[in-house]
Amino acid sequence: MLQLVNVAKTFNPGGVNEKAALREITLHVKEGEVVTIIGSNGAGKSTLLNVIAGVYEIEAGKVLLDSQDITRWPEHIRAAWIGRVFQDPLKGTAASMTIEENLALALRRGRPRRLHRGITPSERQLFKEQLALLGLGLEERMTTRVGLLSGGQRQALTVLMATIATPKLLLLDEHTAALDPRTARTVVELTEKIIARHRLTTLMVTHNLEQALRTGNRTIMMHEGRIILDLSGPERARTTVADLLKMFEKASGSAFADDRVLLTGNQGSL
Amino acid sequence: MSLNVWLGALEQGLLWGAMVVGVYMTFRVLDYPDLTIDSAFTMGAAVAAKFILSGYNPWLSLVVAILCGALAGLITGLLHTRLRVAPLLSGILTMIALYSINLRIMGQANLSLLRVETIFTWAKGLPALGPFGPALLGLLVVALVLIILHLFLKTELGMGIRATGDNEQMIRSLGVNTSTMKLVGLAIANALVALSGGLVAQYQGFADIGMGIGMIIAGLASVIIGEALVGSQTLFRALLAAVTGSIIYRAVISLVLQLGLPPTDLKLLTSLIVVIAMSFPLVRQRLGLRALRLRSEQGAATGQRSQDL
Repeated sequence: MLQLVNVAKTFNPGGVNEKAALREITLHVKEGEVVTIIGSNGAGKSTLLNVIAGVYEIEAGKVLLDSQDITRWPEHIRAAWIGRVFQDPLKGTAASMTIEENLALALRRGRPRRLHRGITPSERQLFKEQLALLGLGLEERMTTRVGLLSGGQRQALTVLMATIATPKLLLLDEHTAALDPRTARTVVELTEKIIARHRLTTLMVTHNLEQALRTGNRTIMMHEGRIILDLSGPERARTTVADLLKMFEKASGSAFADDRVLLTGNQGSL
Repeated sequence: MSLNVWLGALEQGLLWGAMVVGVYMTFRVLDYPDLTIDSAFTMGAAVAAKFILSGYNPWLSLVVAILCGALAGLITGLLHTRLRVAPLLSGILTMIALYSINLRIMGQANLSLLRVETIFTWAKGLPALGPFGPALLGLLVVALVLIILHLFLKTELGMGIRATGDNEQMIRSLGVNTSTMKLVGLAIANALVALSGGLVAQYQGFADIGMGIGMIIAGLASVIIGEALVGSQTLFRALLAAVTGSIIYRAVISLVLQLGLPPTDLKLLTSLIVVIAMSFPLVRQRLGLRALRLRSEQGAATGQRSQDL
């Protein structure tokens, strides 16, 4: 489904701030797999997602989606196949446009924008049904500007927008990190429901180790631009958060450096 | 002030209104501070005047002006999207270049349309309309512009342009080529500005190489005035606000001219209006904070006293 072959990405090559963000990453994700990605600060988790989405060009390696080489495809062409949710709730929606307008923009992901009507009546009906499934009452506020919604509401809407035109691949970049715990839980449940409904192949970056093990069916750990751990199947089922931290120290030779991990670890789940 | 002066302000507000809608399109919809506007306005006037003087139909001259304006916007857009020139600089480059081109089009710094047929000599000649011919003509053109633009901004393409101005990263992740959206948006905005230039040249009876100077600030002042009075809650309201702002801006200008302000001071006045309007939210915030602080200090003082008792 998704294949990364020896992918390398360096920021500011040749400069004083040169930083190898990804080093020879090779990753094979099967259809329907839900992969959680963990790793300390600066491990290259977000860079990995951005490379897959086409935000950054890479120096070496190949990216294949559905056996098609998409390495040289620009971001907006790849977008036809890839749904994304960002960490910042403000980044996934257009604040000055209404809920239904945002959904209409998302429904046309990967399609040319013509002089056709921006929203048709049947689409409005679809949006109403889909919004009702979120359980946030947004179906009654379809002509409200998105800028008036709370962060949690906006992020829930963004998850719906990323999946309303079913993508081949869903990329979630710490999409609940900026939300309060209760809202984060709602958005996580919602995301899991949508992933299950469409059997979406998903890559999800998270700083919550417990969530990383509980969600999906595979977990990879990154450190300094490399994948240092790849867990799935019964081995993953046996693994605890404490095991993960031990594995990290063994594989990287350093302590897991993410201040937020301890915080969320104390709370148990999210 | 006499009725004639008010009528004049209304006519001007409507004709310059198309330009203000163009400014709204760049500044508010695309979030692109496009200085092409100054020279696109002159270009529209120059092209319209030249075509009319060459014996073509005045309506046709407006169509050509629109096309030339769109081309000017396209050049600015290409500088930005292809050569990665910053938005502000891309507009400045086109503006300076068009100064020479506008002079080439006109062949001289000023073209008079006094003794030729324009759309306004035609409107004034319609006896049924009395003195309201030019105003009604302006109203007709601006209403057409508003309706078409409103319909357009609700299409897939129009919504793509709006989303590009709102959140570029998001709309690119939804598969939209934001470079194309900017090109189309800038072309439309400058086409509107050039249309306005063509209308104004015919209305005033001349085209002048300097007539576009400061147009962007006049447009911005009008947009801000309109938003304050009409609001911008919906798209249609925001468009209507642009034209309303334009009319009020021209009325204010007429008023201060009547009061004896020399016309050469107008640009200073316009800049001041924009500066004051833009500082308004900050001033209001500061005043609000001060009021809150005063209240809390008073609260603390009374609290102190009750303890003393």
